[in-house]
Amino acid sequence: MSLFDYKVSDLHELLHKKELKVSDLVDESYKRIAQVEDKVQAFLTLDEERARLTAKSLDEKLNTDVTKGLLFGMPIGLKDNMVTKGLRTTCASKILENFDPIYDATVVQKLQQAETVTIGKLNMDEFAMGSSNENSRFQKTRNPWNLETVPGGSSGGSAASVAAGEVLFSLGSDTGGSIRQPAAFCGVVGLKPTYGRVSRFGLVAFASSLDQIGPITRTVEDNAYLLQAISGLDPMDSTSAPVEVPNFASALTGDVKGLKIAVPKEYLGEGVSESVRQSVLDALKVLEGLGAVWEEVSLPHSKYALATYYLLSSSEASANLARFDGVRYGYRAPDAESLMDLYKKTRAEGFGEEVKRRIMLGTFALSSGYYDAYYKKAQQARTLIKKDFEDVFEKYDVIVGPTTPTPAFKIGEKIDDPLTMYVNDILTIPLNLAGLPGISVPCGFDGGLPLGLQIIGKHFDEATVYRTAHAFEQATDFHKQKPGL
Amino acid sequence: MSRISTDQVKHVANLARLAVTEEEVEKFTKQLDAIISFAEQLNELDTENVEPTYHVLDLKNVLREDIPKQGLPREEVLKNAPEHQDGQIKVPSILGE
Repeated sequence: MSLFDYKVSDLHELLHKKELKVSDLVDESYKRIAQVEDKVQAFLTLDEERARLTAKSLDEKLNTDVTKGLLFGMPIGLKDNMVTKGLRTTCASKILENFDPIYDATVVQKLQQAETVTIGKLNMDEFAMGSSNENSRFQKTRNPWNLETVPGGSSGGSAASVAAGEVLFSLGSDTGGSIRQPAAFCGVVGLKPTYGRVSRFGLVAFASSLDQIGPITRTVEDNAYLLQAISGLDPMDSTSAPVEVPNFASALTGDVKGLKIAVPKEYLGEGVSESVRQSVLDALKVLEGLGAVWEEVSLPHSKYALATYYLLSSSEASANLARFDGVRYGYRAPDAESLMDLYKKTRAEGFGEEVKRRIMLGTFALSSGYYDAYYKKAQQARTLIKKDFEDVFEKYDVIVGPTTPTPAFKIGEKIDDPLTMYVNDILTIPLNLAGLPGISVPCGFDGGLPLGLQIIGKHFDEATVYRTAHAFEQATDFHKQKPGL
Repeated sequence: MSRISTDQVKHVANLARLAVTEEEVEKFTKQLDAIISFAEQLNELDTENVEPTYHVLDLKNVLREDIPKQGLPREEVLKNAPEHQDGQIKVPSILGE
């Protein structure tokens, strides 16, 4: 048994009773990494020396009366697009291969206040663009349940490392499903918070109006604790929301009696595999058994979400990634003859193919003569997609459906066809466009690969999302199964 | 009918400051054409009188007091610069000889 089979609250208790030391937890991480990392390849950078020093000083603190928070001493992994002072942050891109940040992201500062221990930085699709981790410039992370399949993406390393027991939990980021889809593929719990719940300061921007940081954990309860630690208004991010942060864990009552669930027919239609459909129907039965009621609804603009997302996210990305020009930091192409030449060569050599493709698409959609036809049109479609959700939430508490249309696919299967790869995100993208919170919890298996149930809530109502997910989790055993690595 | 020409792709690559080979131009032309064709399904939507959504939260003009603060130390900032000299970031000459 691994120490990471315990929940945060149990580990906290063991630390408190001095039956466990922080060093034991950190040892567990690096021991497991030594055992399985050559197969999983979740980490881009390990921070072992610093982690062991931190553990030592936290252990000294253990012997004092100083108050220790719930996350005190817990080993965490961070997606490599959150800047960490003095710890290489690459976004899995050649253009940032040797980038050594000079400040910490707000979430990293908050974790330091909570006294977690950072184990290392996790692999991802380059600049978070992708659904399989195959777009990383450095390595292909594998799904711990089946090493021939992808872990999902873009937070593939974040999900795989938790599933493989290399860390207790991790942070990922989600622009179109990048937390929920890999969580589903790897059989763990992943939440994308409401847009604005968590500060994006220090998160390397992909699409600023869609990006959110969120927790990936083994259980819903741990997820709630981790979100608690990183949430809140931040003066450094003017898009973080001035709303109160409730106590998320207190929502985990197990009681869903009378909860009104909407099930969009579009989320169980064409393209969704039979096993996924069945697992969702089974999950609805479980929730019904607990006293919830569900009805089929329609989100009529769902089919437009994918096109809307690719136009908007690529447009925002083309602007955000303009900063990588080889001048102030990052990779610089050698032998440039002029400044223009320097920009062009640096970006051509520094960015990978998918990133270039999206920069091109975004630049095109924003270019003179096409702005109204593509960019503005997509923003209008976004309004209609958002309105669909608002209509449903007038009558229902949560929306439930699958997280992904299929279980994890094979490495190499979709890499050559961007559109096929994009379709994989069709059930997760609409939430980002609407800014809503959504979670993926394990809800079944198909051929030994995990499936995820997606639960979507109203703006800033993560509490109800957690309550529903927790009740389902407690009534099922899917989350207790481990990959046989 | 092709929606995007190779000349347009070259123009866009220039705007995006990306050096592209002829091969890449061919590939991007095909791929962008497919993605744009797919995106044109949005034309089915009647968006007359629909306000665009730039942002999902109802936040406007988030302001703060304008208080001067210490900037980042110069050595720190230069740490990641590919080339620097005399405390300044160095780039190839901009003006002709």
